[in-house]
Amino acid sequence: MTDQKSAPPVTFTVNGARHALALDPRSTLLDVLRDHLDLTGTKKGCDQGQCGACTVLVDGRRVLSCLTLAVMKDGATITTVEGLAKDGTPHPLQQAFIDHDAFQCGYCTPGQLCSAVGLIAEGKARTADEIRELMSGNICRCGAYPNIVAAIQQAMGQS
Amino acid sequence: MIGFEYARADSVADALRQMAVSPGAKFVAGGTNLVDLMKMDVERPAKLIDVSKLPLDKVEEVAGGGLRIGALVANSDLAYHPLVEQRYPVLSRALLAGASQQLRNMASVGGNLLQRTRCPYFYDLVTPCNKREQGAGCSAVGGLNRMNAILGTSESCIAVHPSDMCVALAVLEATVRVTGPRGERVIALSDFHRLPGDTPQRDTNLEGDELITSVELPARGFAANYTYLKIRDRLSYAFALVSVAVGLELEGGTIKQARFALGGVAHKPWRNARAEAALQGRAPDEAAFAAAADLMLHEARGFGHNTFKIDLARRAIVRALSQAARGTPQSQSNKKIA
Repeated sequence: MTDQKSAPPVTFTVNGARHALALDPRSTLLDVLRDHLDLTGTKKGCDQGQCGACTVLVDGRRVLSCLTLAVMKDGATITTVEGLAKDGTPHPLQQAFIDHDAFQCGYCTPGQLCSAVGLIAEGKARTADEIRELMSGNICRCGAYPNIVAAIQQAMGQS
Repeated sequence: MIGFEYARADSVADALRQMAVSPGAKFVAGGTNLVDLMKMDVERPAKLIDVSKLPLDKVEEVAGGGLRIGALVANSDLAYHPLVEQRYPVLSRALLAGASQQLRNMASVGGNLLQRTRCPYFYDLVTPCNKREQGAGCSAVGGLNRMNAILGTSESCIAVHPSDMCVALAVLEATVRVTGPRGERVIALSDFHRLPGDTPQRDTNLEGDELITSVELPARGFAANYTYLKIRDRLSYAFALVSVAVGLELEGGTIKQARFALGGVAHKPWRNARAEAALQGRAPDEAAFAAAADLMLHEARGFGHNTFKIDLARRAIVRALSQAARGTPQSQSNKKIA
């Protein structure tokens, strides 16, 4: 990137840790998480907002980090897949994904997990149909969808 | 992505001031479309003026029974807003039919209005596109045009506007409030988006230095008899091949007023006053709906790969009008078409 332009500094919290960064305004939140903060759990799939692999939680809401300019998230509280477990105990959704074998290759899983945490917080999905519809932004090319829905249902029952 | 300057705006006045001194700048809010287009080098702004923190994020009732929706209200927040769910359910359903929840959480109402086409040639820098470069030629007319327009097309462009939200706003006869260096003005939704004509590079009648501040809905919300039916290649998270928004007012077994609009078929949400008027005073039956569909599609023209859309649209209109008349709107989670 040779034609870098200046931008105001940005400060945000990721998984409880505060970061003050001077960034090229082109940097997406996805690239900042992976390349600047070494949080490589968040995955780059399509990098165009079509697959959901990069889903993270910004101020508690699920968003696509690949279409988020990091400079626009000054003051935000961000949670990635690395921030879901507490004190070495998997998040109930992580445990549910293990219980239901809700993945094969695992590449989409961090995005599925963050998206499902957002879904449960939204409280709009009750039926399996509604879970499928509101999780449609997360593509699983291994086709683990039935198990993903079952895992989310299990976690919803616990929350 | 080319390099660009970035600055935050701390008020509407500040945003307009920055725009006035920054040729080639663009406003950014949700960024879901603009950032994608910048990655593809289709959009190359010299500067982004971040308006995402401006206080334009409220949904308020206005005198006369309408609703004022701030331009920065997220698509998801609007879809689930109690007043929208209760009084303008066609808008709520249309919003939920679009994109994914992640994108709806990011995307603003103003940005949804300004979505650019998903015509593949618009995104493909190595093929000509009049929308990207006026006079270059249209690759879609004789190319892969399955997703392209069948109504309101021109020699120079057959792109469609991709929004679901705007199709519902057309039925609700929303207005768009904008502000700029020449002051504030209100644009009817039907006048907001343009037909391609010989200037397909201009999607809307918003000037480059103007900022959308709100969308306003009149009182009439068609909450009893409405639907949003979206036909697409997969059941969710795909752009429409054809969509239909409907609002009906029924009285004593006849149609007192009918409005319906198509998405996915033109450069703007498509309405036809004759097709709507033809329903007025009629019994809500299939013969009346089929006649209205024929009027709606009278001037439709296919380009090969997308010619099937004419029949698809005809059937979708009849289905959607039936759903609305029965009071059984299309579910956005159980996709079995009622």
